Amino acid sequence: MNPMEDKLRWLEKAGDADQEAPQELHGLLAEFETPEALLEACTKVRDAGYKKWDALTPFPVHGIDEAMGIRMTILPWLSLGAGLTGLMIAFALQIFTNGIDYKFLISGKPFISVPANIPVAFELTVLLAAFTTFFGMMILNFLPELFHPLFRAKRFPRMTADRFGIYIESKDPLFNRQQAELMFSRLGASALEPVLSPTKRAPLPGVIHGVGLTLTLVALIPVALAVKSRFSKSDQPRIHIIQDMDFQEKYKTQTAHPLLYQGAASMQPVAGTIRRGDLREDGHLYRGMAGDEFARGFPMALTQEMLVRGKQRFSIYCAVCHGATGYGDGLVAQRAEALAEGTWVPPLSLHEAVVLDQAEGQIFNTITHGIRTMKPYGSQIDVQDRWAIVAYVRALQRSQRATLTDVPPDVRAQLSQ
Amino acid sequence: MATITAGAATLDNTGDDPRVRAPLIVGNNDYTTITDRVCAVVEDPKVRKAWLIAFLTAVSLTGMLFALVGYLIVTGVGVWGNQIPVAWGWPIVNFVFWVGIGHAGTLISAILYLFRQNWRTSINRFAEAMTIFAVVCAGLFPGIHVGRAWLAYWLFPIPNQMLMWPQFRSPLLWDVFAVGTYASVSTVFWYMGMIPDLATIRDRAKHPVRRFVYGLLAVGWRGSARHWHRYERAYLLMAALATPLVLSVHTIVSFDFAVSQLPGWHTTIFPPYFVAGAIFSGFAMVVTLAIPARAYFGMKDIITMRHLENMNKIILATGMMVGYAYAMEFFIAWYGGNEFEQFAFINRATGPYAWAYWIMVSCNVISPQLFWFKKLRTSIPVMFVLAIFVNIGMWFERFVITISTLNRDFLPSSWGYFRPTLVDICMLIGSFGLFFTLFLLFLRFLPMIAMAEVKSILPRPAAHPGNDHSSSSHTSPSHSELH
Repeated sequence: MNPMEDKLRWLEKAGDADQEAPQELHGLLAEFETPEALLEACTKVRDAGYKKWDALTPFPVHGIDEAMGIRMTILPWLSLGAGLTGLMIAFALQIFTNGIDYKFLISGKPFISVPANIPVAFELTVLLAAFTTFFGMMILNFLPELFHPLFRAKRFPRMTADRFGIYIESKDPLFNRQQAELMFSRLGASALEPVLSPTKRAPLPGVIHGVGLTLTLVALIPVALAVKSRFSKSDQPRIHIIQDMDFQEKYKTQTAHPLLYQGAASMQPVAGTIRRGDLREDGHLYRGMAGDEFARGFPMALTQEMLVRGKQRFSIYCAVCHGATGYGDGLVAQRAEALAEGTWVPPLSLHEAVVLDQAEGQIFNTITHGIRTMKPYGSQIDVQDRWAIVAYVRALQRSQRATLTDVPPDVRAQLSQ
Repeated sequence: MATITAGAATLDNTGDDPRVRAPLIVGNNDYTTITDRVCAVVEDPKVRKAWLIAFLTAVSLTGMLFALVGYLIVTGVGVWGNQIPVAWGWPIVNFVFWVGIGHAGTLISAILYLFRQNWRTSINRFAEAMTIFAVVCAGLFPGIHVGRAWLAYWLFPIPNQMLMWPQFRSPLLWDVFAVGTYASVSTVFWYMGMIPDLATIRDRAKHPVRRFVYGLLAVGWRGSARHWHRYERAYLLMAALATPLVLSVHTIVSFDFAVSQLPGWHTTIFPPYFVAGAIFSGFAMVVTLAIPARAYFGMKDIITMRHLENMNKIILATGMMVGYAYAMEFFIAWYGGNEFEQFAFINRATGPYAWAYWIMVSCNVISPQLFWFKKLRTSIPVMFVLAIFVNIGMWFERFVITISTLNRDFLPSSWGYFRPTLVDICMLIGSFGLFFTLFLLFLRFLPMIAMAEVKSILPRPAAHPGNDHSSSSHTSPSHSELH
């Protein structure tokens, strides 16, 4: 006995509202001491032709299904169906999400990768089959069934512990109390108990309806909120409960720092150094511009190596159209002339006045961005190499317009030979 | 509280004579005594002092764990020792450790059920409970390891405003499904097994509140044979489903490692090796818990020495499988001729974590060898100490796999040495607190032994003394198997 029990007598009093109601016979309960006696009795009850009856046992008694004539349940088929459904849902989910709706390339794996989908498919198969097995068992057994007239029977509690029972409902067409009692006592029942149930169940106390209604309404609030936000628009950003990503504890540019030089969080570069990317601020070098005009001259000193490099790059990128000497007679140009295609715009000779007069910056700009049918080469040739090509173009131009005075005096003699 | 009246001689059922079927339950137990003894623990009006002390200790450790989880969420995962190159530190070690422990319960309830190992009935209930509580501990760690724990729901395929879906080709997502399925199916399996016993407690309850609560939990079960028929079919189906499930879960946990391209992780032996290790550690935990529980609650004739001996045999067998896997990893590293893999394993046994490696080998491979001797495997002190050794060894196995592999990167400039922080250590201790809190509550409020199942394997009494039919009744336990 629990010491608390005396204090809670009011609960006991509030207990059974049906106690005073008029009762009618619901069935007859017979008690047996052993599983063997029960099995024997079950066989007889079955053979007597009863339909609405049941055996009550504290554990599954081997052989009772045959003794009572219980047919195989359909539960395994439900489980099989649920398992196959889980399998298909899993494959459909994975194929739709990763193969169709949100394609995301990872490690070169195919978007629809059956081997990679097997673990989740297996787990969902088991999940659905197991839950269906459990809930299917409950539903087929009409459980939960929190009240049954048997729960009022005095003999019933021991039937979930150490006694065995047979219960014949009065609804059974063959039911006759005297006959049934006689049959059970012949079968060796250790006790018999008629089980009563009220003709009309007492209504639930009003407070339970109130509590139930309140709980139902409260439970609907989150659902209502979810539905509301689903069908309404908001220009507010999403609520971040933990804001450490929105407001990070770090020093940003233009903020103060108590320990650093001059109290600034951003440190100054060391004298004589430049940051990566700073060279891009040099318009002449990077864009060939001096203010709004094309720059004249080179942004670096010209060297022999630069001209050699420029010649090599020119041969790779430019000579195919412009020709090795820059007259616009490269192999591509010759072939295009031979085909006589109407759309062909011949490459300009680099020795035309219009090119000769261009600033070095403009030639650089043309290489970078292209012109007419010439494609931009900025992404293929780096800045230094583009300037090297410009230098080589200048050298080519000069070579075609040279006078004798341009030739060094000590080699002039060779020319006349 | 029931006490054991039977003498020591009748309690011994460890005989190996094949002509004598060893009884599964000893002492003079029948349906009534089994019910009384198991229910007495739940119905005891007094709170026993030893239980209370253990419970308060466990609850305070749980409090510490959740305080630390709060600290971690507010501060960030930097409170752990996880640091490149060891990005998977103790949280993952603890996760794999607890998931592994959570394997014995379902193994005992499902696989032994399918194999008709009737001795499982005495231990399956609390092994299943242990499984669920271990999976609770396991689930905690990856949940907080994701960093921004409040976004952990991104792991599930829920339509969202980012128009993104999880990446189903990743073993980490497989893990979510495997552990989630395992936790929910094990819980349902455990609860379903408990329904008839909850009905027994309901029908014995005197107090209206008790009757209401247990009545609600027992969902109106009344032991109807027609219900039992569907129930047993459902139980068999659940066992058949849980058997591949339990094998799949640790296989998928091992994929977290094996599917990566890291030498020391990328091996095909991982799935069977992890499953054997999980069963090994799970049984060791069952033995660790069963020894004090059966002594404290006077269940020595229901959880008999033969049960413990059987579990010790399984520990010996799985311990040797684990030992074989350790050896085979080295063999394949040599035979495969991959110098990075060879380095990974030589580093494991001789590198900075050699101490952990050799703790693992001595606890997991060498110490279970004592179970070859019957005298040792039926000695309570020996098996208790050994089971704890195995638990320690299996934690170190996960430590060695996770940390000794990560601490040596391909580039020596990226090498590091993992050091746990105080938070790491307290969280591991706290997870034991959580586990024991749940377990102690279970022992006190739920039937720790599956009464209905134990009754079904008891020898059946004769129908009526002196009755003609008694000669045809079955009295040998071999005829009263579960179906």
